Amino acid sequence: MSFFQVLTIIIPSTLLTAAPLIFTSLGGVFSERSGVVNIGLEGLMWVGAFTGAVATLFLEHAGVGAASPWIAILIAAAAGGIFSLIHAVVSISFHADQTVSGVALNFLATGLTIYLVKMIYNGQGQTPYIANNIDKTTIPVLGHIPFIGPIFFQQVTYTSYIAILFAFICWYILFKTTFGLRLRAVGEHPEAADTLGISVIKLRYIGVMISGVLGGIGGAVYLVTITSNFNISTIAGQGFLALAAMIFGKWHPIGAMLGSLFFGFAQALSITSQQIPYLDRLPSVVLMIAPYVLTLIVLTGFVGKAEPPKADGVPYFKGQR
Amino acid sequence: MSTWFRKINWLTLLIPVISVFLGLLCGAVIMLAGGYNPLLAYGSIIQSIFLQPYYGGETIRAMIPLVLSGLAVAFAFRTGLFNIGVEGQLMAGWLASVACAIELDGLPKVILLPLSIIVGGLVGGLWSFLPGLLKARFKVHEVISTIMMNYIALYSTAYIIKNFLYTEGERTPTIPSSASLASNFLATITQGSRLHWGFIVAIIAVVVMWFLLWRTTMGFELRSVGFSPDASRYAGMNVSRNIILSMTISGVFAGLAGAMEGLGTYQYMSIMSSFSGIGFNGIAVALLGMNTPIGVVLSGALFAGLQTGGLTMQSVAGVPTDLIQVVIALIIFFVGSSYAIKWIWLRMSRKGRKS
Repeated sequence: MSFFQVLTIIIPSTLLTAAPLIFTSLGGVFSERSGVVNIGLEGLMWVGAFTGAVATLFLEHAGVGAASPWIAILIAAAAGGIFSLIHAVVSISFHADQTVSGVALNFLATGLTIYLVKMIYNGQGQTPYIANNIDKTTIPVLGHIPFIGPIFFQQVTYTSYIAILFAFICWYILFKTTFGLRLRAVGEHPEAADTLGISVIKLRYIGVMISGVLGGIGGAVYLVTITSNFNISTIAGQGFLALAAMIFGKWHPIGAMLGSLFFGFAQALSITSQQIPYLDRLPSVVLMIAPYVLTLIVLTGFVGKAEPPKADGVPYFKGQR
Repeated sequence: MSTWFRKINWLTLLIPVISVFLGLLCGAVIMLAGGYNPLLAYGSIIQSIFLQPYYGGETIRAMIPLVLSGLAVAFAFRTGLFNIGVEGQLMAGWLASVACAIELDGLPKVILLPLSIIVGGLVGGLWSFLPGLLKARFKVHEVISTIMMNYIALYSTAYIIKNFLYTEGERTPTIPSSASLASNFLATITQGSRLHWGFIVAIIAVVVMWFLLWRTTMGFELRSVGFSPDASRYAGMNVSRNIILSMTISGVFAGLAGAMEGLGTYQYMSIMSSFSGIGFNGIAVALLGMNTPIGVVLSGALFAGLQTGGLTMQSVAGVPTDLIQVVIALIIFFVGSSYAIKWIWLRMSRKGRKS
């Protein structure tokens, strides 16, 4: 197999697995930049994937057809946003430990979604398969560019490119707008921001809800592009992988995107390594654990220090010094 | 007696009780919304656990790893550390104890059984030693590093079983009876439940945690670091060493929980595609038990009972068992929101006094 052929297998596969991670890790960036640790990304993806499946099935039944998964992603975004409100209320308004609240959010998401699936589908532990998933296609014009086309623009889904675009939009919002500046200020030094008349509570609520929306999209994208049905093992650690990607990207949107792409690459390699010369001799476990080991190494500071926002994880009490 | 009685902070004790009540209440509301009968559901849980020996036995069986992982989380909490990695440490300990039992088959039971348990605990401790070291040496937040270690454990144990200890049914071979905690006697008196001698290990662990933390200098230092690392450093304590020590001991408890599953409940280890959930439930157990040994036992009993009884709830009232997970999640939310509960409680009691 030529190197070119290897690339045409790995790159599209990377883009496919990375897309849900990109959305979710971007969500994590917003939440943590506002000063709220979000361990609940995994749970938000559960809610997104569940909503994605149920909404697509419902829309298909209503005769919407090929547009159903796209609308379902939007519905999942709303569901994720609403679900993340629980985390916001408990950790911002009630001053609960944010890690505790995040852990509970994951618990609640796994329990509630499977409970609902069993309720809706008469005791079955999984939803039926959706008929209209977002398929791999060749992107018009770009896909026909020689060499580059087959690697980057054939056998890909649009969601991957939307995800990458989102990363740049998020970067613009966080670093080039007043809103972004305020959000970051609240996560770095809430007392100072409060003194200047910025509502810490409001901005943190917005930060958490954006993470809910993006986490919901991430889960739904995973469902409509990769698994096509929802069951207890649909989301198995993707949320934590996205969390790792966010840290790997040093709490920066572009970094989070690159981290997600890199982790997607590792996953794509572990799935496709059997077809690739030389790599087939490497135990697949090495590639499976690579993202987590690398994140640990990055955190130790051997490859540039990853430092979280200053007030990340610290509940804000107004008037307390 | 009366001073001791007055010294108890009743409000703090009230929080877990209120949280459990609110959690069950919300669970009932969810059941009502789904068209189920909550009274029948909760009734069936209580009925099965207390009146049917099989479910009673299974509840105590489920308590063993829950209490141990609860102790693991609580122990780290006392030093101000959040060990989310119990899940991974548990898997590492589980595999280590099973592997030890299989590889050293032939040794007499007096040696092999304690050895397998100890190996499980030690490997669990080793798995949490690294996050402790990273925290002490490089200031890596233990929440993140233990999550990463969880996944490393998940994939590596699966790989090791597949390549070195594989047998039909996607699992390791069954351990030799000379390393087993299972007991015909306990099974018979509970009408065939999987109750095993591991409960003795759990009881010892509860006492050990209490003794270590409240009756030794080491425990005093660990708790002191938990209250205030800066003050402890100023007082001449080695904060880094205490962090590593606390994480490692916490991991030993988690590893023991895994050993109990491997040597007691299942007698083997399966290739797992996702986590057992015991480690995450341990967080709930520790939080509800206010990080005290007795509290961990009580909340462990509650959650074990809910989970075991959840099975009858499904067959009797038709409610999916996953509702139990929802109730546990809600209880954690309420315990976590103790600030708000206290505030409302004080508000209400103040109003009551005025009128």
